[in-house]
Amino acid sequence: MQRSGMISIWFFIGVLLLAYGILILASGVWELSSPPEHPVVLANLHVGIWWGALMIVLGGFYTFRFLPGRK
Amino acid sequence: MSLSAVDIAIIALYFAAVLGIGFYLRRFTKTGEDFFLAGREMTAWVAGLSFLAANLGSLELMGWAASAYQYGILAAHWYWIGAIPAMLFLGIVMIPFYYISKTHSVPGYLKLRFGEPARALSAISFGLMTVLMSGINMYSMALIMNVILGWDIHFSIWASSVTVALYVVLGGLLSAIFNEVLQFVLIWFGALLISIVGLIEVGGWSGLVARVHERFPNQDYTHLWSGLGSFTGNPMGIHWVGIVFGLGAVISMGYWTTDFLVVQRVIAAKDLRSAKLAPIIGAAFKMCVPFIVILPGLLGLAVLPEHLVGANEVTAGQHSYNEVLPLMLARYCGPGLLGLGITALIAGFMSGMAGNVTAFSTVWTYDIYRAMIRKNATDQHYVTMGRWCTILGVLVSIGTAYMVMSFKSIMDYVQALFSFFIAPLFGTVILGMLWKRATPAGGFWGLLAGTASSIGMWAWVQLDHSAIRYVALSANAQDMAENMFRALWSWIVCVIVTVVVSLMTEPKPMSELKGLVYGETDIPSEGHLPLWHRPIFWAGVVSAVFVVIQVIFW
Repeated sequence: MQRSGMISIWFFIGVLLLAYGILILASGVWELSSPPEHPVVLANLHVGIWWGALMIVLGGFYTFRFLPGRK
Repeated sequence: MSLSAVDIAIIALYFAAVLGIGFYLRRFTKTGEDFFLAGREMTAWVAGLSFLAANLGSLELMGWAASAYQYGILAAHWYWIGAIPAMLFLGIVMIPFYYISKTHSVPGYLKLRFGEPARALSAISFGLMTVLMSGINMYSMALIMNVILGWDIHFSIWASSVTVALYVVLGGLLSAIFNEVLQFVLIWFGALLISIVGLIEVGGWSGLVARVHERFPNQDYTHLWSGLGSFTGNPMGIHWVGIVFGLGAVISMGYWTTDFLVVQRVIAAKDLRSAKLAPIIGAAFKMCVPFIVILPGLLGLAVLPEHLVGANEVTAGQHSYNEVLPLMLARYCGPGLLGLGITALIAGFMSGMAGNVTAFSTVWTYDIYRAMIRKNATDQHYVTMGRWCTILGVLVSIGTAYMVMSFKSIMDYVQALFSFFIAPLFGTVILGMLWKRATPAGGFWGLLAGTASSIGMWAWVQLDHSAIRYVALSANAQDMAENMFRALWSWIVCVIVTVVVSLMTEPKPMSELKGLVYGETDIPSEGHLPLWHRPIFWAGVVSAVFVVIQVIFW
């Protein structure tokens, strides 16, 4: 659905995943240094860190791959 | 459950993104073809993901997770036998007729095949059903936000619907489809984590089965088919005949092949091969959706300390089945991930609602307004009408949401409405596509008789509940089983009446059936394509995986 001059939907998805990944990873790292009073179940897995990292990798890939103007 | 600043930032970013996409795409939405059919330029992947996302409303996400808690893995039938065969049938058999006829809508196809009366009947019933479903979706979303997060119910309804209205008014179907793909990705990222962490907690699938059996020793929640030999051998009170013939052969075929809400996304594809591939791609992902919807419900049975109850039985401090997905979200997701999960629920609601309002505005503008009220206006006039109609659809949906607050049992009535119109419509469309002898009178009277018989059976059971033993073949049948059998009977009535009336009336000349019916439509051959480029090959792959899954969870 790439009309002339139209930014790909995959670029928008990449940017949003990247932004979310950064926020979630940062939040996970913050929790490492200041653990919450009522941790969630299996908090020891530090899910936020690896889920945030995965989103950064995928978001970064899609952002770069579908960057507007990139051939 | 309370949200942190990171959670709120994630939700706010989501709203900014969907609105930004709407504003960005406005410049690409100028003609009626752009607004109502996204310029017919979708790739197979985008059309396929959007086709599936339009169906992933909040009712779908939270409702089926709740059903999984209530009925166990049987709820997965609605994702597997209740979807996959129908989606593949749409891609391989029916799409060529929709696509080659160049119709704008399913009622539009009925106009070409059977004439104006059949189109009018299906357009009006579809419009009514769509806005009602949209309102129900909206209310269920607002209710969950209220129960789980304490958000004001009016704020949830208005903030979400105004956002959807804005981005659809700005960019039409193009904007809806763009956002649906984005929402589809977010739904997966937000919900998948529950299943992964949940499986780690219970020790994998075998640990899950062991825990569920230990906590609920008198019910079988973990087998897909083996308990369906009798009405009393499973938590749903349903027989395999109802699942295979009512759900698999009629309701799902009706929904996935004739509900314009989903078909609209496929006929917006850029060419016939992409249009055929889109539902097959959708089917491949649909098979995986139980992993983020059904599995959290089953995990809830295994790990939640309290036993959830039906919405009508909730007392202070208790939670209903409907809250199982948010409860599981709160169990595993800390700051940031919780915001992502809530965003997934909001995205589900918005994709479902945008699907409803875009389909409503197309059917209203092309099949009611242009057909019956103003026939020869300019293309620009119809685009403007489509934009106003989107706002009107959203407002009527909001009205329906408020109506639901007053009449709680209307949820059941709307589910019934859905089955009234979809099952007979499938009978009419499939005969129209595959049987040249079906006549305009046969199509109209078959559709009317099927719809009337379905409403009649529903009313009969409402007035005298013992009639359920005739409609659903068992006095033990539950509501879900009644829906399945009612759909099956109404489809049979529609087919019989269509056949009988057609044989008694004059058929259309063959020259008027070109591109509309099997045997009179030149469907381009795919013989020259490599095997892996052919839709039929991928349909075969999806079918094989589908069969393997049934055997694994038998």
